[in-house]
Amino acid sequence: MSPRLAKFLEHYGIVLVVIAMMLVLAAIRPEIFLTAQNLTNILKQNASLALLALGMFVVIVTAGIDLSVGSIMGLSMVSLAIASKAGVPWPLVLLIGPAIGIAVGWVNGIGLTVLRLPHPFIMTLGTLNVARGLTFLISNGAPVSGLQPEVRYVGQAYYDLGFLAPPAGIPASLILVAICAVGLWFFLERTDMGRHIFAIGGNPQAARVSGINVDRTLVVVYIISGFFAGLSGLLLAGRTDSGFPNAGIGIELDAIAAVIIGGASFFGGRGNVLGVLAGVLIMGILRNGLNINNVSAFWQQILIGLVIIVAVYIDVLRRRAAVRT
Amino acid sequence: MAPLLEAKGIAKYFGAITALHDVNFHVDHGEVLGVVGDNGAGKSTLMKILSGLFVPSEGELVFDGLPVKFSSPKDARKLGIEMVYQDFALAGNMPIYENIYLGREPGRKFGPLTVVDHSKSRQMAADHLDRLHIHVKSVDQNTEDLSGGQRQAVAIARATAFQARLVIMDEPTAALAIKEVGKVLDLIKGLREHGVAVIIISHRMDDIFYCCDRVMALYQGTNFAESPLAETNRNEVIGWIMGHKGNTDSLAHDRLS
Repeated sequence: MSPRLAKFLEHYGIVLVVIAMMLVLAAIRPEIFLTAQNLTNILKQNASLALLALGMFVVIVTAGIDLSVGSIMGLSMVSLAIASKAGVPWPLVLLIGPAIGIAVGWVNGIGLTVLRLPHPFIMTLGTLNVARGLTFLISNGAPVSGLQPEVRYVGQAYYDLGFLAPPAGIPASLILVAICAVGLWFFLERTDMGRHIFAIGGNPQAARVSGINVDRTLVVVYIISGFFAGLSGLLLAGRTDSGFPNAGIGIELDAIAAVIIGGASFFGGRGNVLGVLAGVLIMGILRNGLNINNVSAFWQQILIGLVIIVAVYIDVLRRRAAVRT
Repeated sequence: MAPLLEAKGIAKYFGAITALHDVNFHVDHGEVLGVVGDNGAGKSTLMKILSGLFVPSEGELVFDGLPVKFSSPKDARKLGIEMVYQDFALAGNMPIYENIYLGREPGRKFGPLTVVDHSKSRQMAADHLDRLHIHVKSVDQNTEDLSGGQRQAVAIARATAFQARLVIMDEPTAALAIKEVGKVLDLIKGLREHGVAVIIISHRMDDIFYCCDRVMALYQGTNFAESPLAETNRNEVIGWIMGHKGNTDSLAHDRLS
């Protein structure tokens, strides 16, 4: 294999997997899979996971992990739902999710760098529980529904472009995800801090002796993850017209899975934004494909587990081959 | 002319432990100084003080005639003092050019962020490597794909990317294959021709005698002896490391008497 082709496959091979999956499903169930409505659904249902995965990706690049994103999502969702019902002006309500995410992310970063807790697993396991507990506390464990239309907009709206029959169309949430992904790509690839994040993932000592403020950069990394989690709470609240205290339980594991399937290394320093989006789509399309073929949800979980293992194993094989040459 | 860097009465205590006491030495402009000493003699501690990683407990550093105090490696770097680490301290997942300019990326500043000019950075790296006569396939290669000698060369290129005046090298050949040692030592000699002073810490007499102008030995936390290279020999220097002066061939450590 030519080195160019190898490099292309390393960066974009995962996108080919997404296309292959779509072709298979299109061949098996064209009458359902290929409808505009089904495709719209896939995008809408996976938009909040996509945001969580983008944030998780930045953390995983530094060889860290953020277990708190599901709880941040739940806390954001319930808080903004309560605020919306209480009549807080909607522009302020829109800010609540991201603000909560930034705050919890900052706490995670401080725990890691100032308290020097031994691994981000510990700190974010703590905030996972604290944020979830707060969510139940402020909601009394009950869902809050009935949000202002402006608050719902980004999670619920779609554009039919004049020819798609409702409820099909380009979801507003897709546009938000696209903006976030492009913004994150630019930040990671084109700014000094983005490059420093990759350097920290590759060799923290190299980053330190190059004059990079590693602690400050790590705090920013966890703030970014929290921010995206808060934003995903806003999307989910809009889509479901509610704040649901159980929302996002366990979803941090889906986000981690999507990032890993998308080719990022758990040991840090490797991966790209496009791969992360592909990882989200692979999980989303797999679920959708199994659904429309009436495969039980229990089997879905088994399959996703296997996909994670196979995806990482392929990565291991590829790296082994690269070392040999 | 005043020496480039002068250390006067440097001491460093870690609690009750005295790592260094009353260290006095200097490095001249464009000079290659070899620093030898046994494990625990204080070489690393002294270099960490010179590069700003440690603050000395006593004594002062004079750089280019002016007393200086470093509170971080950044301060030392501003004056042109750079450190090359034994393990190279490169980010293996990143290309050569990004490693060279890591933390000092060329580009446009927007508030707290710099938008990196990757093509300028590539070009600067290629030019800089050319100047040092370092040959790589492409500046886009990740450093993890390089040999030990090439990695060391990239680490040296990073240290000299911005008008370095003194480069401190910790065991520059310890992690290299034998066939690459010569290239790296020639590179160090080349730095002298660019007017850069170099301090080499090494256990290998071959390295010291190949590229240094002067050699200094540390023994039990202080400077024990020093000499221009032309006026000493291996056995004498080995004797210094072990705390003897006036070693002759008959006392050499590797001879049976």
